[in-house]
Amino acid sequence: MPMSHVADTRAGEAAAELKPPALERSRVAAQLASLVSSPTNIVLTLLALAIAYAALVPAVRFLVVDAVWTGVDREACLASTAGRPVGACWPFVFNRIGFFVYGQYPIAERWRVNVTALIAMVLIAWALAPSLPRRGIAVFLFFVPFPIVAFLLLTGSTALGLEPVPTNLWGGVLVTVTISLLGMVVSLPLGTVLALGRRSSMPIVRLVCVVLIEVIRGVPLIALLFMANRMLPLFLSPGMQPDSLLRVIVGVCLFASASMAEVIRGGLQALPKGQYEAAQSLGLGYWPMMLLIILPQALKLVIPGIVNTFISLFKDTTLVTIVGIFDFLTAVEVSANVPQWSSPVTSVTGYAFAAMFYFACCYAMSRYSLAMERRLATESR
Amino acid sequence: MTDTANRGAAAPGADEAVVMSGVHKWFGAFHVLRDINLTVKRGERIVVCGPSGSGKSTLIRCINRLEEHQRGRIVVDGIELTQDVKRIEQIRREVGMVFQQFNLFPHLTVLENCTLAPIWVRKMPRRQAEELALRLLERVRIPEQAQKYPGQLSGGQQQRVAIARSLCMNPKIMLFDEPTSALDPEMVKEVLDTMVSLAKEGMTMLCVTHEMGFARQIADRVIFMDSGQIVEENAPEAFFTNPQQERTKLFLGQILA
Ligand SMILES: Nc1ncnc2c1ncn2[C@@H]1O[C@H](COP(=O)(O)OP(=O)(O)OP(=O)(O)O)[C@@H](O)[C@H]1O
Ligand SMILES: [Mg+2]
Repeated sequence: MPMSHVADTRAGEAAAELKPPALERSRVAAQLASLVSSPTNIVLTLLALAIAYAALVPAVRFLVVDAVWTGVDREACLASTAGRPVGACWPFVFNRIGFFVYGQYPIAERWRVNVTALIAMVLIAWALAPSLPRRGIAVFLFFVPFPIVAFLLLTGSTALGLEPVPTNLWGGVLVTVTISLLGMVVSLPLGTVLALGRRSSMPIVRLVCVVLIEVIRGVPLIALLFMANRMLPLFLSPGMQPDSLLRVIVGVCLFASASMAEVIRGGLQALPKGQYEAAQSLGLGYWPMMLLIILPQALKLVIPGIVNTFISLFKDTTLVTIVGIFDFLTAVEVSANVPQWSSPVTSVTGYAFAAMFYFACCYAMSRYSLAMERRLATESR
Repeated sequence: MTDTANRGAAAPGADEAVVMSGVHKWFGAFHVLRDINLTVKRGERIVVCGPSGSGKSTLIRCINRLEEHQRGRIVVDGIELTQDVKRIEQIRREVGMVFQQFNLFPHLTVLENCTLAPIWVRKMPRRQAEELALRLLERVRIPEQAQKYPGQLSGGQQQRVAIARSLCMNPKIMLFDEPTSALDPEMVKEVLDTMVSLAKEGMTMLCVTHEMGFARQIADRVIFMDSGQIVEENAPEAFFTNPQQERTKLFLGQILA
C-alpha cells in the first residue's frame, strides 16, 4: 500500500506542474556562472579573454581606427603624409574595385556582366528560398536558358550586336564566380553519376568510374590544372585549341566531381538496404528508384559534405592563377603592385579585403546549408 | 483489366500463381535453398515457418527477385523469372511485399508513399492515385494519417501503411516477411487483423510468420522449412496437431511451449 501512496503523490505533482520550466533563461545563466565556477575555469576564462583581446584589438585598429578612408593615390596612405601610423588603405580598394570585380573586361561592356550577375542572383535566390512559389521554374531557368544567355552576354556575339570580349580580358570576381559556379553546377550531377556508377552492378561501368574518381582524386588540383592547360592542347588538333579559361574550368569541374562522387557515395552507403528493396518490390525501375527514393535521401544525408566540397572548391579557385588565369585574388595582388598605390600597407589591405570577401561567401554558403538541414529535418520528422 | 485477363488465359497453368521447381540457391559456398518445389494456387494462403536461418526469407524473396536463384525454375503469374529486367519489373508490379522493418520511404508522406508506385509505374493520373490511396488507407483504418510522415506513426500504423502501399499496385500476390516480428505486442493484432481481412477477400498470400493463431485461422497450407529445405507441408490443423517429421515436432515444441 505505501507503494501506491507514493505513486499517487507523484502523479499529483506532475499534474500540477503544467508549465515547462523557463529553460532558456536558466541555461544562459548557468553558462555564465560556469565561466567563473572554479579556479581553473576562472583562469581559462581570463586566458580566453586575453587571446581575444590580443587578436581583436590590433585588427580593429588596423582595419578601422588607423585606417585611411579618402585619397586618390599612395600619398594618402603613407605615414609621413598622414602624420600618424596608418592602418588599412581603403581608398586603394575603392579605387580598384572595378578591376577587382571585372578584371580587364572593357569598361563600356561591364553592364553585360552586371546584367548576367543580376539574373543569376534573382534565379538563385528564387530557387533557394523555401518560401517562394514555383521554385522548379527557377531551377529550370537557371539550368537551361540561363547558361546560354550568360554565355552570349559575357563572351559577346556579333549577331546580337554585342562586341566579343575574349576571356583573357576577364578577371577578378567575374572569373572566380564563373569558375566556382560552373564547378558547383557540374560537380553535383556529374559526381552523382560517378557515385552511382561506382556502385553499379555492371563491371565495366564500375571500373570506369572507380578509375576516374581515384585518378582525379589522387592528383593535386594544381597538377590537374597544369595538365588541363598544357596537355589538353597536345591531344587536340591545333585548329581547335580550347580557350584557356575553359581548360581551367574543365580541370576544376573534374576535380570537384571526383570529390563530390565520394561524398555522395557515403550517402548512398548510409541508406538502409530496405529502401532499395521496398522500391524494387513496388516495380520501380533503376532510374525512378534512384531519383525518387534513394538520391533525395542520400543527398540530404550528406548536405554538410556537399557544402564543404562547394566551399573548398570556391577557395581552391585561387589556384588558377598559376596557369595564368586572372581570378579575384590575382587582381588584388596585381593591383597592390601598381606604382600609383604601392605603399607599406597596400598589399595587407588588399589581402584583408580578399579575406573578407572569401569569408563572406563561404559563411553565407555554410549558413544556408545549416538552415536547409534544419528545414529538411523538420519536414520529415 | 483486359490485359490481365488475356495474360491469365494465355499462360499455361493459369490457376497457379507461383510455381517453383527444383530451385537451388547459394550465398557463396553456403547452400541456402535446396531443391525447393512449391506450387501456390491463385487465392491460396500459405504460411511459411521454420527456425531462424532456415531460408524462409530467401525463399519468398526469390519470388520477386530480391534474391536471384541459381538453379531450377520460378514462374510467377505465368511469367518465368529470368535475367530479363523487363520481366522482373513486370512480375514485381504484380507481387506486393511487406517487410519486417516496414521500409516506408521516410522522406515522403504516407499518401505519397502510397501514390508513388501507381503514378510512376502504373502511370496513373495523380488525382486518381490519391483517391485509390485514400481508399486503401481507409481499408487499413488510418485515413487520418495520410498527410503525416512515417516517422510520426507507431510501428503498427507504419506496417499498415506498408500494406496499403503494396495494395495500391493492385497486386495479385502478396508476400509477407515476418510482418509482425518488429512490433510491440499490443500492435501485432491490428496488423494481423488487416492481413486476415485481406485473406478473406481472396488474396493470394505467402506469409513468413510464427503467429500460429493467424496460421490456423487463415492458412490453407503451412510449410515448414529447415536448413534450406521444405521439410513438411500440411493443412494447418494437421500440421499443428499431428506433425510427421521429428524436426517439425521439435520446432513446434519450442515455439508453442
Ligand atoms: N545476403 C546474404 N549473404 C550471405 N548469406 C546470407 C545472406 N542473406 C541471408 N544469408 C544466410 O542465409 C541463411 C538463410 O537466411 P534467411 O534470411 O532466408 O533465413 P530466415 O529463415 O528468414 O531466418 P530468420 O527467421 O532469422 O529471418 C542464413 O543463414 C543467413 O545467414
Ligand atoms: Mg527472415
